[in-house]
Amino acid sequence: MNKIKLIIQREYLTRVKKKSFLIMTLLAPVLMAGMILVPALIMTSQGKEVKRIAVIENGSHLFEGKFHSTEYLKFDYLKDVRLEDLKQNFGDLGYYAILYISPKVGYMPDAVRLISHKQPSLEVTEYISTSIEKVIEREKLLTFNITNLDKILKTVETKIRLQTVLINDAGEEKETSTGVAMAIAYISGLLVYMLTFIFGAQVMRGVIEEKTNRIVEVLISSVKPFQLMMGKIIGIAMVGLTQFFLWIILTLVIIASVQGIVFHNNQNLQEKVQHSTELLSAPTGEAASVQFNEAEKIFQALGAVNWGLVLGAFVIYFLGGYLLYASLFAAVGSAVDNETDTQQFMIPITIPLLLALFIAMGAFQNPDSQLAFWCSFIPFTSPIVMMARIPFGIHAWELIVSVSLLILTFIGTTWVAAKIYRTGILMYGKKPTYKEMWKWLRFKHY
Amino acid sequence: MTFFKATDIVKEYAGHRALDKVTVEVPENSIYGLLGPNGAGKTTLIRIINQITAPDSGKVIFHNREMKPDDIFDIGYLPEERGLYKKMKVGEQALYLAQLKGLSRQEAAKRLKEWFEKFEMGAWWNKKVEELSKGMQQKVQFIVTIIHKPGLLIFDEPFTGFDPINTRQLKEEILQLKKEGATIIFSTHDMPSVEELCDHITLINRSRTILQGATEEIRHEYGGHEYEIRFTGKVNLLTATLNTDYKILDHHRENGHSLIRLSLREDASPNDMLASFLKSGRIVSFRELVPSMNDVFIQAVEKENEQDTTHKTP
Repeated sequence: MNKIKLIIQREYLTRVKKKSFLIMTLLAPVLMAGMILVPALIMTSQGKEVKRIAVIENGSHLFEGKFHSTEYLKFDYLKDVRLEDLKQNFGDLGYYAILYISPKVGYMPDAVRLISHKQPSLEVTEYISTSIEKVIEREKLLTFNITNLDKILKTVETKIRLQTVLINDAGEEKETSTGVAMAIAYISGLLVYMLTFIFGAQVMRGVIEEKTNRIVEVLISSVKPFQLMMGKIIGIAMVGLTQFFLWIILTLVIIASVQGIVFHNNQNLQEKVQHSTELLSAPTGEAASVQFNEAEKIFQALGAVNWGLVLGAFVIYFLGGYLLYASLFAAVGSAVDNETDTQQFMIPITIPLLLALFIAMGAFQNPDSQLAFWCSFIPFTSPIVMMARIPFGIHAWELIVSVSLLILTFIGTTWVAAKIYRTGILMYGKKPTYKEMWKWLRFKHY
Repeated sequence: MTFFKATDIVKEYAGHRALDKVTVEVPENSIYGLLGPNGAGKTTLIRIINQITAPDSGKVIFHNREMKPDDIFDIGYLPEERGLYKKMKVGEQALYLAQLKGLSRQEAAKRLKEWFEKFEMGAWWNKKVEELSKGMQQKVQFIVTIIHKPGLLIFDEPFTGFDPINTRQLKEEILQLKKEGATIIFSTHDMPSVEELCDHITLINRSRTILQGATEEIRHEYGGHEYEIRFTGKVNLLTATLNTDYKILDHHRENGHSLIRLSLREDASPNDMLASFLKSGRIVSFRELVPSMNDVFIQAVEKENEQDTTHKTP
C-alpha cells in the first residue's frame, strides 16, 4: 500500500508542477467567468452611449411627441424631411438610425422601418415596437369613444414575469429558473465529458510514456502492474479534482469581484431608472429596468440552485466516469507502442462517450425523455447524461441506482483492464489484435 | 550452498513454449551466466525470477524455501529493456525508484549521495534525465538497481551502451558486489565478459537447457583435448613415431621452431604424449588449447540445431 502511495504521489506531483497545469488552472476560470459574466454584462452595459433616432412619418403626424426618450435613447421627430435626403447623411447629423413610419402602420405590421448603419440591439427594436404598438392601440381604442380612456389604460397596464417554482417530495418550494437549470445541466454534462476525456487520455499517454521509455520493466520488478496502473489512475484523478476545485474557487472569486464592481455601479442605474419611471409615464425606462431585473434574477436563481447536490454529484460522476474510462484508456495505452497506434482501440472508448454527450445535449432540454432516463443508468453514459438531468431535479433512488451501477461497472472494467495492462506493457513490436488481447485476459500471473 | 533454484520451469505463451523444463541452480555468492541466442527464453526466465510473470509449472526456490512476493525486495533487476522518465530530474527519480524498493526517503538519499560521489555524478542530481548521455543514464540505472543492497542481483545485458572505460568500471563494481556477498545472475551475449566474470553458466537454446555447469569445466570439455606444442625438431621426424594416442591437426615453422596443434585421445594422458616428443627435439612451450566461450556457444547451439533438423527430416 505504501508503494501505491508513492506512485500516486509521483503521478500527482509531476503533473501539478508542470507549467501547462498552472496555465490551464488560471485560464479556464477566466473563460468560465467570462461565459457567465459576459451575457450579464452585455445586458446591463448596452446602450451606455446615447443613441439618437430620427423619426420620420410619411403623411400623418400620428406619432409626434409620442416617443419618450430614455436615458440612452433620444428621439427627434423631424417634420418636412424626406427620407431619401436624410438617408444620405443621417450618420453625419449624429443620428444612430432613422425610424420611418408609413401611414399604413395601423393595419400593416411591417409598415415601419428602422434604418441604421449597424445592427440595432434587441433592446432598441423592442422598445420602439412596444412604443408604436401602444400608440396604435390607443388610437384604435380612441375610435370607440370611451371616456377616461387614458385613466383606464393606465389602470390596465400590467407586466408579467413568470416565476417557476420547484416543489420537492417534502413539500418545500423553491423558486428556480429554467434557464439557469439548463445552463448548469449543459455545462456540467459537457465538463464531465471533457474532464473524462482529457484526464483519461493523460492516463493513456502516461502508460505509453512508461512503455516507450522502457522504464516499465524496472518499475514492475518493484511493484505489481496493478499497483502501477491504479497509482497512475488515482494520481491523475487527484490532479483532475485539484484542478476542478481550483477552477471553482477562482471562478467564484472572479465573478464576485466583477459583480462587485459592475453591479455596484448598477445600483445607481437602478435608482435613476426608478426615478425616471416615477416622473414619466410608461413605457419610459421600462426596458432598462426589465433588463436589470433579468441579470439580477439570474444571480438570484444561481443562488437558489442546490449547489451541494450539483457539486457533490459532479465529483461522484466525474470520478466514477473517469475511473471507468481511465482503466480502459490504460489498457489501450499498454497494448500499443506509440500514440499513433491507439486510433483503432480508441473507437470503442470514444463512441459511448460521444453518444453520452449527444444524449446529454438532448437531455438538458428534455430531461425526462425515455432516452435520457435510461442512459442516465447505463454506466458508460450515466456520468454525462445524469449530470444533465440533475439540475432539473431527480428522485433519490435514481441517483442511488445509477451511482451503484457505475461503481460496479468500473470495478469490472478495472479488473479486465488490469489483465490486459500487465501483459501489454511487456509486449513490444507488433500491434496486437482484439483476439490477442482477449487471450491476454487468460494468461497466468502472480 | 544454493542461493536460488528454479526447477522444471515451463511457461507457454499462446501455443508457443517459451521455457521447457528449465532448471537453474545458482550457488550462493557466485556469478551465474545465463546465455543463449536471442529469443531462447532467457528474458522469460528472468521475468519469472522477478515475479513479473508466473510459470505454468515448476518451482522457484529462494533462500531454501518457495519464493514469496516480498522476496522482490531482496532482488535487484537491471532489465535489458530499461529506461528512465525523461522529463524527471535525476535525483528525484533515483529517490523514487529507491523508495519503491522499500528504502525510506532518508536512507535512500544517504546511499544515493554516496554512490553519486563514487561515480562522480554529483552534478547530475538536479538535471533532467533527457540531458544526460546514454552512458550516464545507464550509470544512474545501475545505481538504482543495487541501491537497496539486495541478496540477488540480475543484470540483463548490463554493458550495452557503455564505453570500454565505463564497462571496466562496471565489471569491477560487479566483482566488488560479489566480494561483499551478493549472488549475481548475469545474462549477456558478450562472451569474453562471461569468461571473465561467470563462475557457472546455463546455455538455453530454443526454450531448453543445452549446456550447464562451471565455466572452466565446460570450456575444457569443449576443448576436444587439443594441445599446442612448440619445439625445435622437425615435424616429419615426428610423424614417423606417431602413436595412436594423438593426431596432428596442423603444423608450421615459425622463427625456427615447429608449431604443432594436435588432439589427444580422450582417455590418453598428455604426459605420455609429451614423452614421445622429448626424443625429437627441445620443447619450447606446451599448452592446452581451451576454447573461448564464444566457440563453446556457437558449437553447442549449432550442434543442437543440427540435431533438431535431422530429427525433423523424415
